[in-house]
Amino acid sequence: MSYVTHADLGGQPGFGPVTPEPEGELFHAGWEPRALALTLAMGATGSWNIDASRAMRETLPNYRDLSYYQIWLGALEQLMLQRGQVFADEIASGEMRHPAAPVARVLQAQNVPAVLAKGSPTERVAPGPARFAVGQAVRMHIGKANHHTRLPGYVQGKRGTIEHVHGAHVFADANAQGLDEQPQWLYTVVFEEAELWGDAVPRQNLSVSVDAWESYLEAAA
Amino acid sequence: MTGHDHSHDHSHDHSELGEMDLRVRALESVLTQKGYIDPAALDALIDTYQTRIGPRNGARVVARAWVDPNFHDWLMADATAAIASLGYTGRQGEHMVAVENTNDQHHMVVCTLCSCYPWPVLGLPPTWYKSAPYRSRAVKDPRGVLADFGTVLPETTRIRVWDSTAEVRYLVIPQRPVATEGWSEDELATLVSRDSMIGTRLADAPAAARSTA
Repeated sequence: MSYVTHADLGGQPGFGPVTPEPEGELFHAGWEPRALALTLAMGATGSWNIDASRAMRETLPNYRDLSYYQIWLGALEQLMLQRGQVFADEIASGEMRHPAAPVARVLQAQNVPAVLAKGSPTERVAPGPARFAVGQAVRMHIGKANHHTRLPGYVQGKRGTIEHVHGAHVFADANAQGLDEQPQWLYTVVFEEAELWGDAVPRQNLSVSVDAWESYLEAAA
Repeated sequence: MTGHDHSHDHSHDHSELGEMDLRVRALESVLTQKGYIDPAALDALIDTYQTRIGPRNGARVVARAWVDPNFHDWLMADATAAIASLGYTGRQGEHMVAVENTNDQHHMVVCTLCSCYPWPVLGLPPTWYKSAPYRSRAVKDPRGVLADFGTVLPETTRIRVWDSTAEVRYLVIPQRPVATEGWSEDELATLVSRDSMIGTRLADAPAAARSTA
């Protein structure tokens, strides 16, 4: 079965104008903060990593019809269903009908500030010397990954320049698949607008960058 | 509301609570009964992002950078450490980079793949940041997006869009508004909006300063 993401939106046409909203407007329904908190609290049990949760969200079949926190909630349910932590009849009824599966830890209220402040840094010991250096020309790989990836479609095959070397970070593609962290060097790669969008789009005096793991890149002449 | 993707016992219940409320309540109930979550932790998480962590944190970072050249230089060289020195650390801000607007260059941040956003300094992202229109257009038509916010920049100002595709998070340092000489750090922070730290607006002019909580 091939992997289908509905989240890779960069450069896609037809979505219309952006609707700004006031700074104080955080949630738009009473259930939204609960869905956020449930997602964070279950994430804190260590049952999956952030890349696996992104993979679940972006592959929800109705992703583009759902609001943001509906996506979060739908993915949370699926992640737990996959692991036998909840069952469909429990989600439907709101009642526990099957034994609980053990979780590594439970986030307690008094630990919330410390856990949030600590976060989950992704920088790791480098597996070896960096292959690319600042100023070097690179080309982004082409090809549809059959798994979660952080290589957006709109930069695939495009030529850019290494602007910054960030150290080695957990490789999202591997981590999302449960293949361990496999840290790689991470680079900021910057692209000129003509390279990305060609002549079909009016010039904006624009450049765009992405953060790219080393295996996304090859040296360009 | 969309989201008729699921079938469960409550889908025909048209009480004032609504379908999503009931669905979330049901899930919370099951997870609590199973011992996976502490309901008090949910309240603490919500309180954190509703009242403690938000864009006023980032505004303090920007105002400090405007008044303190040493902090400014530290912020531009090692944003993670400089921001942590003000107490803003952690989830979704583990690896920070600050980018500074000038007359010649304007920065905008997007996550075309999802909603990556620097929570410790800006709090939770606004709906538009997570929306398809912003994510699709920011990398291709940023001037059109800026126009949606009423922001018009000279054609000679180069636009640089940062697509946040890994765990590095970007904070835009807007330009300090003119006629703010002698302003205190706290006063300056009132000119810094969330949107100006994403790059869709400029910092407010003094006359337009909003009162902030």
